Amino acid sequence: MQRTWVTIDGNEAVATIAHALSEVIAIYPITPSTTMGELSDAWSAEGRTNLWGTVPHVIEMQSEAGAAGAIHGSLQTGALATTFTASQGLLLMIPNMYKIAGELTPTVFHVAARSLATQGLSIFGDHSDVMAIRATGYAMLASNSVLEAQDLALIAHASTLKSRVPFLHFFDGFRTSHEIDKIEQLTREDIRAMIDDSLVQAHRQRALSPDHPFIRGTSQNPDVYFQSRETVNRFYVACPTIVQEAMDTFASLVGRQYHLFDYVGAPDAERVIVVMGSGAETVESTVKYLNARGEKVGVIKVRLFRPFSVEHFLQAIPKTVKVIAILDRTKEPGSTGEPLHLDVVEAVSEATTKGIAFSARIIGGRYGLGSKEFTPGMTKAIFDEMSKAEPHNHFTIGIHDDVTHTSLAFDPTFSIESKDLVQCVFWGLGSDGTVGANKNSIKIIGEETDNYAQGYFVYDSKKSGSVTISHLRFGPQLISAPYLIGENQADFVACHQFTLIERFDVLKYAKPGSVFLLDSIYGLETVWEHLPQEVQQAVTDKQLRMFVINAHQVANSVGLKGRINSIMQTCFFAISTILPREEAIAQIKQSIKKTYGKRGEAVVQKNFQAVDETLAHLHEVQVPVEAAIPALVGAETKASQRHSPVPMMLLQRRPPVADLAPEFVRNVLGKMIAGEGDALPVSALPCDGTYPSGTAQWEKRNIALEIPVWDPDICIQCGKCVMVCPHSVIRMKVYDPAELNHAPETFPSTDAHFREFPGMKYTLQVSPEDCTGCSLCVEACPAKDKRQVGHKAINMAPQPPILEREKVSWDFFLSLPDMDAANLNLGAIKNSQLLTPLFEFSGACAGCGETPYIKLATQLFGDRMIVANATGCSSIYGGNLPTTPWSVNREGNGPAWSNSLFEDNAEFGLGMRVTLDKQQEYATELLSHCTDILGEELVNAILRTDQSTQAGINAQRERVALLKQRLQNLSSTEEAASQGGRVHNLLSLADALVRKSVWIIGGDGWAYDIGYGGLDHVLASGRNVNVLVLDTEVYSNTGGQASKATPRAAVAKFAARGKATRKKNLGLLAMSYGNVYVASVAMGANDLQTLRAFLEAEAYDGPSLIIAYCTCIAHGFEMSKGLEQEKLAVQTGHWPLYRYDPNLLEEDKNPFILDSKAPSIPLEQYAYNETRYRMLLQSNEERAKALMKQAQEDVHERWQLYQHMSAPLHHESEK
Amino acid sequence: MTSIDVSTNYLGLQLKNPLVASASPLSKSVDLVRRLEDAGASAIVMYSLFEEQITHESLELDYFLHRGTEVFSEALSYFPDLDHYNMGTEPYLDHVRAVKQAVNIPVIGSLNGISTGGWIEYASRIEQAGADALELNIYALPTDPNLTGAELEEEYVKLVRDVRATVKIPIALKLSPFFTSIPNMAKRFVEAGANGLVLFNRFYQPDFDLDALEVVPNLELSTSSELRLPLRWIAILYGQVVTDFALTSGVHTVLDVVKAMMAGASVAMMTSELLEHGIGRLTAILANLREWMVEHEYDSIATMKGSMSQRAVAEPAAFERANYMKALSSFDRYLSAQAF
Repeated sequence: MQRTWVTIDGNEAVATIAHALSEVIAIYPITPSTTMGELSDAWSAEGRTNLWGTVPHVIEMQSEAGAAGAIHGSLQTGALATTFTASQGLLLMIPNMYKIAGELTPTVFHVAARSLATQGLSIFGDHSDVMAIRATGYAMLASNSVLEAQDLALIAHASTLKSRVPFLHFFDGFRTSHEIDKIEQLTREDIRAMIDDSLVQAHRQRALSPDHPFIRGTSQNPDVYFQSRETVNRFYVACPTIVQEAMDTFASLVGRQYHLFDYVGAPDAERVIVVMGSGAETVESTVKYLNARGEKVGVIKVRLFRPFSVEHFLQAIPKTVKVIAILDRTKEPGSTGEPLHLDVVEAVSEATTKGIAFSARIIGGRYGLGSKEFTPGMTKAIFDEMSKAEPHNHFTIGIHDDVTHTSLAFDPTFSIESKDLVQCVFWGLGSDGTVGANKNSIKIIGEETDNYAQGYFVYDSKKSGSVTISHLRFGPQLISAPYLIGENQADFVACHQFTLIERFDVLKYAKPGSVFLLDSIYGLETVWEHLPQEVQQAVTDKQLRMFVINAHQVANSVGLKGRINSIMQTCFFAISTILPREEAIAQIKQSIKKTYGKRGEAVVQKNFQAVDETLAHLHEVQVPVEAAIPALVGAETKASQRHSPVPMMLLQRRPPVADLAPEFVRNVLGKMIAGEGDALPVSALPCDGTYPSGTAQWEKRNIALEIPVWDPDICIQCGKCVMVCPHSVIRMKVYDPAELNHAPETFPSTDAHFREFPGMKYTLQVSPEDCTGCSLCVEACPAKDKRQVGHKAINMAPQPPILEREKVSWDFFLSLPDMDAANLNLGAIKNSQLLTPLFEFSGACAGCGETPYIKLATQLFGDRMIVANATGCSSIYGGNLPTTPWSVNREGNGPAWSNSLFEDNAEFGLGMRVTLDKQQEYATELLSHCTDILGEELVNAILRTDQSTQAGINAQRERVALLKQRLQNLSSTEEAASQGGRVHNLLSLADALVRKSVWIIGGDGWAYDIGYGGLDHVLASGRNVNVLVLDTEVYSNTGGQASKATPRAAVAKFAARGKATRKKNLGLLAMSYGNVYVASVAMGANDLQTLRAFLEAEAYDGPSLIIAYCTCIAHGFEMSKGLEQEKLAVQTGHWPLYRYDPNLLEEDKNPFILDSKAPSIPLEQYAYNETRYRMLLQSNEERAKALMKQAQEDVHERWQLYQHMSAPLHHESEK
Repeated sequence: MTSIDVSTNYLGLQLKNPLVASASPLSKSVDLVRRLEDAGASAIVMYSLFEEQITHESLELDYFLHRGTEVFSEALSYFPDLDHYNMGTEPYLDHVRAVKQAVNIPVIGSLNGISTGGWIEYASRIEQAGADALELNIYALPTDPNLTGAELEEEYVKLVRDVRATVKIPIALKLSPFFTSIPNMAKRFVEAGANGLVLFNRFYQPDFDLDALEVVPNLELSTSSELRLPLRWIAILYGQVVTDFALTSGVHTVLDVVKAMMAGASVAMMTSELLEHGIGRLTAILANLREWMVEHEYDSIATMKGSMSQRAVAEPAAFERANYMKALSSFDRYLSAQAF
């Protein structure tokens, strides 16, 4: 059968093989391997069969530990089973991996290798995870590219069946898993020829069965465990040969020959690098380049890392070698070397023992951690280092280590790319379709021309207003370049958003004489004068050909608001002439049809229209040859740059952060914001992952086209807009009129309408550069102009004309005094919203339904919060560098935040509580012991304090400050010495005497699934913790996989046919303990009930659980209608509101209070506003209707139950 | 009992009686359509295929499947992009096919387009799906003060002409009552190729929610009193404009049906009555019709058809302005009676 060439990414290449060779696939989402699970699930849902003609069962588990357990069970009962994972997920599988290997069970785990969370979490690629499992007994096979990931996936499946050794097949996360390459796809016949069915049957024969029963997994005593452990040796001895045989068979079938260790380079090489993973491709390309220039260098590409075959390694390495450098993409602190390094040292040592003469010097180094770039320039630097008389051992490459001086210097401009390779860089905004278009272009080039093609995409750390950079390569030769396009190397640079040229050095990639395409709101005549000087300079210096199009205008004119993908793609093909123009347009249209056809003809037609309109709007700019560019600040003006015929503007690129920002923010975070974080030296970064709070305020992203504007005449000062704002950009203050003496002229103010604050002034202010333009505030506003009901007290207006005015107002607003919670009646929304949020300007999606709850908690309790945050959306928008939203108040108090893992968050928070309780107890003990020297009055006041109110907490804080002062004064006195260290201990623990509020925050994936066991235990502990579950009913952060919170009838990834089972009732489970405060809230439906629940939960001296309904982008509706949708969720009974307060039991009252009314409208009216439900209706109406009917019954049943639960207690009704 | 012929002819279709189920959600279920046939409906007009809705649904699905994609490296998309969506006209056409298979009575497709291309293409697809005739629902609410009545009328006529040139099956045109000269428009539509006119389209007028200060949609079923507007116009047009008429809006009782026939309609179309009181009402009204005809000695629908049209009545002016005056004076009398 003819093989076809396809343009796919590594995940798809691997999943194709794994799905074809499995009967059971257990999955759980974790970046960057999630796609493999998603594809398998989707393929099985579509009925795609495996090699044996049957559809694999795909089952989502509650965690990777669960997936590994399920795989273990499947294997033990004779299934061909596989799973996909990465990073922490792989670590969770370790216990089962030991079992699976110990029982000699054939299976393949496919891993998109990723960093582990250490000083910080990283979703990006390195080998830290796979190196952590090398003792499990799994064979480890490394793929270096998309093509190899496909090929070695098959070889792994074939080898495991024959060897009985389980395999871990890995490839670099993102770099290979997400790189799109043109590869020759294996056919079913290829797969068939590699798999021996008798081995499959043998596997089944070894399975557990009551038809031929035996037991496996005994408990073994000192007499036999050791010997038993050694029984497996022969299988590991045989394994390398089996893998090589599989590689040889594969070569005879397909023509691509792999070896356990593949050597590439000069036969008489003197310097050889040993490396595995995508870095090996980079080294190989560089070796070939250097060989062509006469250098005696080579590379050993390690494929089978475990079992490590010394014999095969020694066969591979040239005997002429003088220096071997081993590169590890992992770090083992404190070790004598990283794993591969040590293996090679041992191999060479064994060679010497066996009399094989090697006089090679061996050095090792680390590279590429967390997807740090690894380039030919770095490879060259390593080879150069190897030439030195005393090469650096234990080096690092790719960073600047100015602390322990491990790093090698390298030339970032070193390039090995051939002249016929075309390299293109595209800058886009996440929402504009740039990446999608480029993925499409790569497919067209790869599949419709003779060129090879590669695409790689760099995304932002923010979910709103995020920037993407696409790196595309194509050319007639095979592309082995797993690194980004370097500076001054791109033949084509496109900027799909004009604002990006004001923020980033977009033209740094452009090589002289290349093409620059700009989507510009300014036309051909005026665009030049609106370019920042740096851009003008680059265009003229590099003599770029510049093209402009107003793509957004074209998109809007055909009804594709903001979607410029087809337009910019057409421009790219038109300018680059990779294909004849007509043919290119035909191909673009064909791919539009393919991509959008199933979504309906209207979408196709609109995109066709966009393509047809494009060329008429694409213009080449006549760049002034003798353009006089005003000198940049601090730069010299060149003589040739005078006398411009074109008016020049004095625009300059905006600095990443304001000059007023703290030094660390300016010098470190600012560099990251500007995309220059790679240049930060080791010394610039904290050594333990500790970063300052409140840094998001300095990153002015300026992403909203429209922002809310306040109309004081209509405003009723209710605070609802402030409460719902997901990004804390709308705030209100009540202040003394005298404060206005220094107010800017345009600062808006009106009389405050608060009974407690007579004669005061009131202002509602928006931060214009932090707003994302979601307009939830406008939706929340209940005040309408009686003469024009569309006009509210807050209305969206174009941002640019009012930006400067609002910036000035915002700065002044911030200078006004903050309100003290002690002076407020917090039970009222309007009062609570006078409190300053200590969670601001996060990178969450515009209109995020989660963040308003977090913000509310910080307003109410921020000065005393400690937050344990589960991994997920909230840990990303809460803790993803460069800047973070958790902030501090004027007194310097604020939430202390940390993220441990995904699975352990409840336990993490409980640990905090236990510590605080212990510290408070110990501090109290110390205090009692020190009464004499501290004064009875102070000690008694501290010990007898009532901290149930903010005033009480403030008073205690003052007392503790006094205490600390006294302790400080005493610390070096004899009295202190007489206390035997008590004074110093108390000084370090005194703050524990002020009440602290522990918050355990996470999403439904954590609370309902992976972390449920821990959460359940923590709730049962009786300890005073506050759990906030941000329930979006789906794994939002990894892209919408079903959790046990996903409701029946909704479609999600891993539940593509619509979830058939009902949503887990977490609240009911928690209430069953009887001593857990439980609340179900939906801010958009009842903000007062939400506020009340937060106050009660925090005040409750025991475990509290707030389950908050959060609208999410993964629901598929207009986020500006989030509040309305929350209301509907409650009105339909999908999300009943309640509070379960165990305190009421003590008052002999029913603790369960139902806060919402009986369902008054059908569930459909809420559900079918959302794509997650509607798409099932659109794809499988019959199933949708059946599931919706059941979901409606769920609502009914739950309501009946709650109604019953909320009935007055018998004696209450008697009363 | 004398043999009573309740058959009628509409759009060239020989119908066993004049009771036709008009476009409504009832036709969304094959089972309900079967029940309509069993209850006695002589033909069924399918619910409307709305071009605007198809376009909207398609764009909306695309928008939400696209939104947020390729933004953040952990979540490159938020939904599984399913293999197939029942978008576009296919679900409607499949349903027409299914209905055609399920019943023996004629099935009339209904189309509400917005673009010239859409009208023509969808009309043709409905024909290919097996519809026996097509009802064009030209619902355009002009809000642009610069658009003249003449321009709009010409657009409508062109539309009918275009569709006529595309399909071979009979076309009926469901009219709005808001033309300045209904007779002129009726004539022009027929000249453009319409085989029948359906009087009138009911427009759902939005309402105001005074608590929320919002405009809210409002759906009210028709009442018998709404019969008079189409009744009057069919009576006026019958004989003047040679075409088939269908009376829709306000048909609830046998008397309404009889009035429709006497005005000149070939069929009386019903929805509200069936939604409100069940499909069984068709059977009852049909039985009542026969009884009424026996009682009043009409042997066929043909006999009564147009018998009270403007041309047939003794006082044609009764349909014109004089009738208005008469109505007003009767209203005065009503008021006077109340005063006592």
